[in-house]
Amino acid sequence: MKQLKAIIMEIVSKILSGDRRAVARLMSLVEDNQPNYTSALAELYPHTGEAHIIGITGPPGSGKSTLVDKLTLEFRKRGKTVGIIAVDPTSPFTGGALLGDRVRMSDIALDKGVFIRSMGTRGHLGGLSTKTNDLIKILDAFGKDIILVETVGTGQSEVEIVKTAHTTLIVEVPGLGDDIQTIKAGIFEIGDIFVVNKSDREGADNTFRELETMLDMNKSEGWKIPIVKTVATSGKGIIPLVDIIESHLQYMHETGKFQELKKQKIKDEFMGIVTDNINSYIRNRSSEDDIDALVEKIINYELDPYTAAERIMNSLKNTSN
Amino acid sequence: MEKKIRVLVAKPGLDGHDRGAKIVARALRDSGMEVIYTGLHQTAEQIVEAAIQEDVDVIGLSLLSGAHMTLFPKVLNLLKENNAEDIKVMGGGIIPEEDAEKLREMGISKIFGPGTPTEKIVQYIQNSVE
Ligand SMILES: Nc1nc2c(ncn2[C@@H]2O[C@H](COP(=O)(O)OP(=O)(O)OP(=O)(O)O)[C@@H](O)[C@H]2O)c(=O)[nH]1
Ligand SMILES: [Mg+2]
Repeated sequence: MKQLKAIIMEIVSKILSGDRRAVARLMSLVEDNQPNYTSALAELYPHTGEAHIIGITGPPGSGKSTLVDKLTLEFRKRGKTVGIIAVDPTSPFTGGALLGDRVRMSDIALDKGVFIRSMGTRGHLGGLSTKTNDLIKILDAFGKDIILVETVGTGQSEVEIVKTAHTTLIVEVPGLGDDIQTIKAGIFEIGDIFVVNKSDREGADNTFRELETMLDMNKSEGWKIPIVKTVATSGKGIIPLVDIIESHLQYMHETGKFQELKKQKIKDEFMGIVTDNINSYIRNRSSEDDIDALVEKIINYELDPYTAAERIMNSLKNTSN
Repeated sequence: MEKKIRVLVAKPGLDGHDRGAKIVARALRDSGMEVIYTGLHQTAEQIVEAAIQEDVDVIGLSLLSGAHMTLFPKVLNLLKENNAEDIKVMGGGIIPEEDAEKLREMGISKIFGPGTPTEKIVQYIQNSVE
């Protein structure tokens, strides 16, 4: 027990002194749900809160990784260090994942001011966004000024991830059938900036105009959602895009929205941790056999699930003091 | 608790395609591993840096170019410099037996000849990461 504590403390101090291996190791402990990783996160917490977290989402193959690569180059030119989390889906059948986003990030692969981590969605209990948040915090404590989080904009959990960003980019490309329909309901609302990537392709102007019309209909107070055309492969449009990203952060600060979002995030996160703790407490207390026995009774209509749940709660109350 | 095996698959060198590397990458994925695929033309420096950031258990390199006697030792040295010798390095490709022998002496865990069934590679990795 004491030994584990010592190992954790060593990892923490290494992270704070700039050790990449320690960063990577703690990320694995988090992802693998290894015991006591939360005490490392607890130690790192006071060192977090400085990073600008930017979510990037959009359809598969829309050029998100290539954009991340070029955005990072530009942020580096502006003197910022960058952390990247690239999320790809885990197969629900095999549990495996092919994480290929690095292929497009070779420009920045050897820059010591950049740290890239690929992440599979896995089947995380308590939600993928909790894990992503933990990795973000590690990069934040590690001192990265900018944290880019790439996710494929298809599933709800991916949307959840970008919700935790300060600035969210939605990437679209020309000619995806009836264009804008590819944007899932729910994704549209979370975009702070829209990017029409691959604008070297035919139809970019159409896509731009369609987005414009849709955004006009969704008109809201405050931040006017910009649309930026880019060609990620050549870097065209990247400088204006970074300018706009920076002005969005400024807007968030000036209007107090940054602080508001921070409070909301902390509340969600904190309640999430409480729920996780209760979940694992229940799992530890009641054996799989006990649960299966109850399930058996429910199947045979000897018991209903509500009463069964109550029984579990009661048994916890009885043993907790 | 739920330790997942992570493997970096790279195709170093300047030659051709990465069909072989991709087949292996998919087989590893289908066996439940997380495969970080970094693509073609990777230098030893890029491979080791990625392996560290991704905290992989195994680096798998696919080689056709005959540069194995320079590239593998370079990867091993860089791992050492970064205190990351615990990451296992494996290779596949057309490598003469006497070279393979030397590479094993240097610390390469395993060399798979061309046409090795992917199940064998999966099994080897599973056993060696336990
Ligand atoms: N013509 C053109 N091709 C681009 C552009 N940006 C990216 N691509 C190409 O589009 C393909 C996909 O790019 P990625 O960056 O991997 O896209 P992604 O959205 O990260 O893909 P996933 O992570 O698989 O969803 C690659 O072949 C890129 O070279 C662009 O602006 N114009
Ligand atoms: Mg990508």
